[in-house]
Amino acid sequence: MSTGVNNIMDPHSVFVAPEMLPRDAYNARLISLVHPPQWQNPPPQPRYNLVVLGAGTAGLNCAAAVAGLGGKVALIERHLMGGDCLNVGCVPSKMMIRSARVLADFRNAEQFGVRPPSLVDADFGLAMERMRRLRARISQHDSAARFKELGVDVFFGEARFSAPNAVEVGGVTLRFAKAVIATGARAVTPDIPGLAQAGYLTNETIFNLTQRPARLLVIGGGPLGCELAQAFHRLGSTVSIIQCQPRFLPQEEREAAQLLAQAFQRDGIQLHLNTEVQRVERQEQGKVVHLRKEARETAVTTDEILVGAGRAPNVERLNLEAADVRYDDTIGVHVNDFLQTSNPAIYAAGDVCLATQYTHMAEASARIVVQNALFRGRKRLSALTVPWCTFTDPEIAHVGLYVRQAHEKRIPVKTFTVPMNDVDRAITDGEEGGFVKIHVEAGSDRILGATIVGRHAGEMINEISLAMVAGIGLKTISGVIHSYPTQAEAIRRAADAYNKTRLTPLLKRFATRWLAWTR
Amino acid sequence: MTAAGEEDLEQLQRNSFMYFATLASSTNGLIPDSTRQDSPASIATVGFGLTAYTIGVSRSYMTRAEAAERTVTTLRFFSESVQSEAPDATGHKGFYYHFLDMQSGRRAADCELSLIDSSLLLAGILAAATFFDGDVPAERQIRELADRLYRRADWCWALPGRKTVAMGWKPECGFLNYDWDGYTESMILYVLGLGAPMHALPTRVYGAWTSTYQWENLYGYEFLYAAPLFIHQFSHLWIDFRGIQDDFMRRMGCDYFENSRRATYAQREYAIRNPGGFKGYGARCFGTTAGEGPGAQTHRVDGTQRQFEGYTARGIPYGPDDGTISPWAALASLPFAPEIVLPTLPYLRENFPATTHTRAFQRSFNPSFPGDGAAGWIAPELCGLELGPIVLMIENYRSGFVWKLMRRCPYIVRGLQQAGFSGGWL
Repeated sequence: MSTGVNNIMDPHSVFVAPEMLPRDAYNARLISLVHPPQWQNPPPQPRYNLVVLGAGTAGLNCAAAVAGLGGKVALIERHLMGGDCLNVGCVPSKMMIRSARVLADFRNAEQFGVRPPSLVDADFGLAMERMRRLRARISQHDSAARFKELGVDVFFGEARFSAPNAVEVGGVTLRFAKAVIATGARAVTPDIPGLAQAGYLTNETIFNLTQRPARLLVIGGGPLGCELAQAFHRLGSTVSIIQCQPRFLPQEEREAAQLLAQAFQRDGIQLHLNTEVQRVERQEQGKVVHLRKEARETAVTTDEILVGAGRAPNVERLNLEAADVRYDDTIGVHVNDFLQTSNPAIYAAGDVCLATQYTHMAEASARIVVQNALFRGRKRLSALTVPWCTFTDPEIAHVGLYVRQAHEKRIPVKTFTVPMNDVDRAITDGEEGGFVKIHVEAGSDRILGATIVGRHAGEMINEISLAMVAGIGLKTISGVIHSYPTQAEAIRRAADAYNKTRLTPLLKRFATRWLAWTR
Repeated sequence: MTAAGEEDLEQLQRNSFMYFATLASSTNGLIPDSTRQDSPASIATVGFGLTAYTIGVSRSYMTRAEAAERTVTTLRFFSESVQSEAPDATGHKGFYYHFLDMQSGRRAADCELSLIDSSLLLAGILAAATFFDGDVPAERQIRELADRLYRRADWCWALPGRKTVAMGWKPECGFLNYDWDGYTESMILYVLGLGAPMHALPTRVYGAWTSTYQWENLYGYEFLYAAPLFIHQFSHLWIDFRGIQDDFMRRMGCDYFENSRRATYAQREYAIRNPGGFKGYGARCFGTTAGEGPGAQTHRVDGTQRQFEGYTARGIPYGPDDGTISPWAALASLPFAPEIVLPTLPYLRENFPATTHTRAFQRSFNPSFPGDGAAGWIAPELCGLELGPIVLMIENYRSGFVWKLMRRCPYIVRGLQQAGFSGGWL
């Protein structure tokens, strides 16, 4: 795959909103909530405490917090409130993953002594309808009406800075004491010859499908590509996944990526690691994707192509020059550790400025912005403890430092490992693939980071995050009673392993003598 | 050890040695990767073979003159072989293709120029050069050829803008997109690369590699983690790591020998716990490592759907593991933990006699695979990469012969020192 990406937009072009399809009652409800067709922008206040550009997770959190504190806040959205997460990201993908998991459990039912019906198959259309129904339901939390009720002035339209302290939207000017840019990011298209002509899907369009593609080829082995490759495969598509690097999720620990690859292989997904996409051509039998691995060339014919090969920040058409805000089209808006831009009155939050693009990170960055921008806070981005999870099966969750990062910081590190196949509840549930690895500073019980691979890793990692934020070490965790049997017990087992290392030969000798003496 | 145990080892070692003695080409010294028909030569197996000849002389399995003659033939072949970017050369930049055609000595199929397999070959070449120290023409020629071959390896070339050494190269696509990440068998590569008199690796690459290490507590054993057992053995075939430490091991209060001992215990513990419920696994039957398996197929065994694999890097504790046991890998840990390795020999003979017929070899087998006997699937071929470690590690256990030999190799000593090793015999 070429490294070139088509992520540069003409700053003067008109934004064309991707349509939410199909035009059914659920999507109509969604639209009525997050971009009501009849919406009338309110008359602007003379001056706002905060003007928020973008109503994704970061923007919504900023706006709600300021309104809740009695401030004047304007929220501007050009497309759908809720942003990627609600509309074309975490929320719809998790619903697909849930349907896929049900199907996988059915297929595996005999292992549990349950005879499944003779025909186990997905009703793809029904699964997608469920997704649209629940997405519309969840969208109430992010609706324009709700935010209006909270006291937020909601404006729909393209935002454009007209001065260092003013934004134009829909023909009116909003003046502000502070502003936050939270316009998010979008999928980038790799510069692959023939791809655009053949047609492809991204996260912005794949959830519009109503019919299962018989064959799906996924370009990119990051979180999005891995999650959806597995989900579509389990829902009945024949899936190939192309990754230009030697392993999936290259930022994660080697064993985590290997376990994921093993799971994919077990499922029957066709893996093409260390493989580049050369070109795509449309032929009668489908879209033919030409691949190259080292010196060997092969081709895969597919019905649909999903591109999950990176993200580009939405910085175009904002006229950031007028506001003296520095940016580029790769990193996005440049911010310091306090999330302040080159204009001291303007901050940024969420995907438009962050390297780690997660909904919870957008929310956390919004909290920093509210405190720093409006209450002269000094909260730092670098002080955050940020967990994340790729929701494959098994899930891969991480928080804090990786071992290589600890080494780079010259922190000696020891890892306490518990394989899930050694944990009673994982055994009883037939969910043995995975591990808990907790990294501590050598000579202490201070947790530096952790990786968990398991069916519920995303839930389990939160215990480690809490411990890290609260400064709780493995010694204390070892003393925390974990209900039995739970998979989270693996965390306590790792802590127990740490405690055992505190038993020096001298202490053991002493204990042995004491016990002999008191017999 | 009992006399019967000693006899057992002697027979295993001698018979394993015969693989190299009988299958080496008399014209170019190349040794096939396995006994499979039309098997190409494996350059790593040649490295094992060259070292095995020195043991053969010391154990009187062959005469010194015969061993020297074989060694000269082998080194002369490599010295005169084609080194170029041509896709059918034998090597390039002083390194060699992973597999070579047994007759022509040129690259087999489209395999890669392998840095680690070249290192295993060069280790064998240096072992020969150190052993053959006599003032006779053949032995002088061995030393000259060996020195030339070692000096011409361009280690710096293998650092194409990366922090660590590339795994391989192909003329069709250049360097492969794989790094040495985490503790691996590549210790021997770094020591040889750092110790080279010409084109030596800069010392920073060793630090870059060790910065990917992960020190783990698994099953109560603290060690430098690597999943397959062979990783804990291959560099130790030549280098005596007892009592010598690099920066990492100094910080951890350990050494690589002790590390391999703990890794062997962890492997045994995994077999005892046997999370996959595989047949045969236990305290006296363990060894999960890279190697052949029954092949990619699925079978229902005792109500459980089992997915079997062909050649793969099996490892603990997360797999891949399909129930294939490699007793040769347990045996290659003999010097580290004889107290748990030696009991595997009689156990294997009693319970899986088909794997040890004539007490000659320790074939990989898979009792969980549906088959006629208790052993299920048994590797149909013998493999040089499995027999070499048996010959060398039994010898290191019995006499420390190879370790003592390589302590005298100035390049190994320099490589270790450049990597920051000190203490002990160094």
